[in-house]
Amino acid sequence: MSLLALKDVTLKFGGVTAVNNLSMSVNEGEVFALVGPNGAGKSTVFNMISRFYRPVRGSITFDGQDLLARRPHEVPALGIARTFQNIELFERATVLQNLLVGRHRHRKTMLLEEMFFIGRARAEERAHRHAVEEVIEFLDLQAYRDKYIAGLPYGVRKVVELARALATKPRLLLLDEPASGLSVEETQDMRWWIEDIRRQMGITVLMVEHDMGLVGKVCDRVLALADGAKLAEGTPAEVQSHPAVIEAYLGTSAISKTANSKGERV
Amino acid sequence: MRFHFKTSYDHDINLFPDWWKASLYGALLLVMLALPWVLHWVFIPRMANFYMGEVTNVLIWAVAGLGLMLLTGQTGQVSLGHSAFMALGCYLTVILMRNGVPFLAAFALAGVLTGVIGALIAIPALKLHGVYLAIFTLALAILADDIIVILAPWTGGVNGMRAPDFTLFGWGMSRFRNPTGWYFLALGTAVVVTLIYRNLLRSPLGRAFAAVRDSEISAQAMGVDVARTKTLAFGISCGFAGLGGALMGLFAGSFNNETFTFLIAIQLLMMVIIGGLGFIHGAFLGAIVIAFLPQGLSMATDMFGSRSIPGLEIGVFGAILIAFILFEPMGLYGRWLKIRVWLELFPFARRDMFRRQKSYLKTERLR
Repeated sequence: MSLLALKDVTLKFGGVTAVNNLSMSVNEGEVFALVGPNGAGKSTVFNMISRFYRPVRGSITFDGQDLLARRPHEVPALGIARTFQNIELFERATVLQNLLVGRHRHRKTMLLEEMFFIGRARAEERAHRHAVEEVIEFLDLQAYRDKYIAGLPYGVRKVVELARALATKPRLLLLDEPASGLSVEETQDMRWWIEDIRRQMGITVLMVEHDMGLVGKVCDRVLALADGAKLAEGTPAEVQSHPAVIEAYLGTSAISKTANSKGERV
Repeated sequence: MRFHFKTSYDHDINLFPDWWKASLYGALLLVMLALPWVLHWVFIPRMANFYMGEVTNVLIWAVAGLGLMLLTGQTGQVSLGHSAFMALGCYLTVILMRNGVPFLAAFALAGVLTGVIGALIAIPALKLHGVYLAIFTLALAILADDIIVILAPWTGGVNGMRAPDFTLFGWGMSRFRNPTGWYFLALGTAVVVTLIYRNLLRSPLGRAFAAVRDSEISAQAMGVDVARTKTLAFGISCGFAGLGGALMGLFAGSFNNETFTFLIAIQLLMMVIIGGLGFIHGAFLGAIVIAFLPQGLSMATDMFGSRSIPGLEIGVFGAILIAFILFEPMGLYGRWLKIRVWLELFPFARRDMFRRQKSYLKTERLR
């Protein structure tokens, strides 16, 4: 069953067509990857699903509901969580506080309860804390619980961001380049986590990733984009060997030209 | 160095992480409660009352400062217009009292009303970012002066108003006849406001404040309604400022359109920066600096035999502010935290331990 469906989506920034007539659908329970050269529009697709951008044409539905009718902060309430390419954590807060923000959509307390810490406030906090603790345990973040983000290394921040997205208890997880800037071992960890997220938690994953090794290992289906349009779709092996994809990445007629210009520069 | 061994989630939720912290703050509260008697025991009555008045002043500034701290330190929105809301709280309290509302009810109601009005003003204002918001709020502060004059039938305009005498729990409250009563009123307000502040910080709204401050874009992606959060922050912040303003005006005895000029708002902003942005302690430390500096300066000029030097106070304030921004952006409380860590780790503290790491690329263009 298709969980997320984009239909004929087009987005323009002034004269630039960032995404052109893109249709795709992500099925419940699969790991789906968007690949493509820089500037192909992969992150733009994410930002449309998060409702930061509004497409000029087309429709985006999540579980049968029209996503375009929602405001950005209402998207997580439907069960969509995401990470960012450039890590957008709350820097002046601890790891624990960051993850607890992920629980924001599950809050039930009213303003007065929070101001005076009466009524449901304490019980709610305990429940949030417990849910977050499960994520901490899943991603082995115990050592960092009370550390401030500002002092954490890049690799850990990456994991914290994943944890924060998981703390929202999503149905669909959008990962924007989960392995960028990670070492070989960290990428390996990320791969196992993505597999566990799908298997143990039953969360559908849509990711943008350049590391084709990771994509080949964890993804069921891959969609290749170039210049905002769909090039190819299929299993990782099919897409990697697709002639249009090879052309977009390496070029056919352009190969000799680049070789020449490089030669001149040297 | 102490380690706390956490055995339950409540250790993260409680007001104080462990018994040691709880007893420290308990001791502080006891000292504050005993202060009037201590002062009277140490000093002659006239000096004791003078010092008690100074401490009351610090507490009043701290209440207003906590308001701005919530907005600027916690939610990351600048306001140069909090003097307007202090004036609003003050005038509302006195107008309510003149209409027969008992002081405590008028005081609390004025705080709530100021908060609501502040939130309403915030709805258009918070579409603005950074310096534009600062200019908008500065305009509010300047407008407040004129509005008070225009509304002369209710506010007394340039002639101002005299704070009515009132009783609290059967205790006659006059600054000169009952400084102890005033001290406890200010202390009680400060404690209540601090508790509300602290409670907000440990619940979803307080975390949403921090989320909006650090990254609006990812706050949205986590389901935080940025506009609503900012509006609430502005409202609560104005409510606190209103309470502080009410105390300030009543404590002064009389006030007019020039009591709450935008200079007060700028002083308030300096106060939270000097104290340490984002810390409750910062509001109190900043209040101590702001309230004691004028006295300290006049004592110093007396000592050096000079008459009062016009503009000295503002000059020194400015110099202190610049020094803090350059050398200690985390303010007095940030400095204390560094000293504390150094002591706790002694002799293992390293240089550069607090050097701010350059943060990675931000997704600002999505705004």
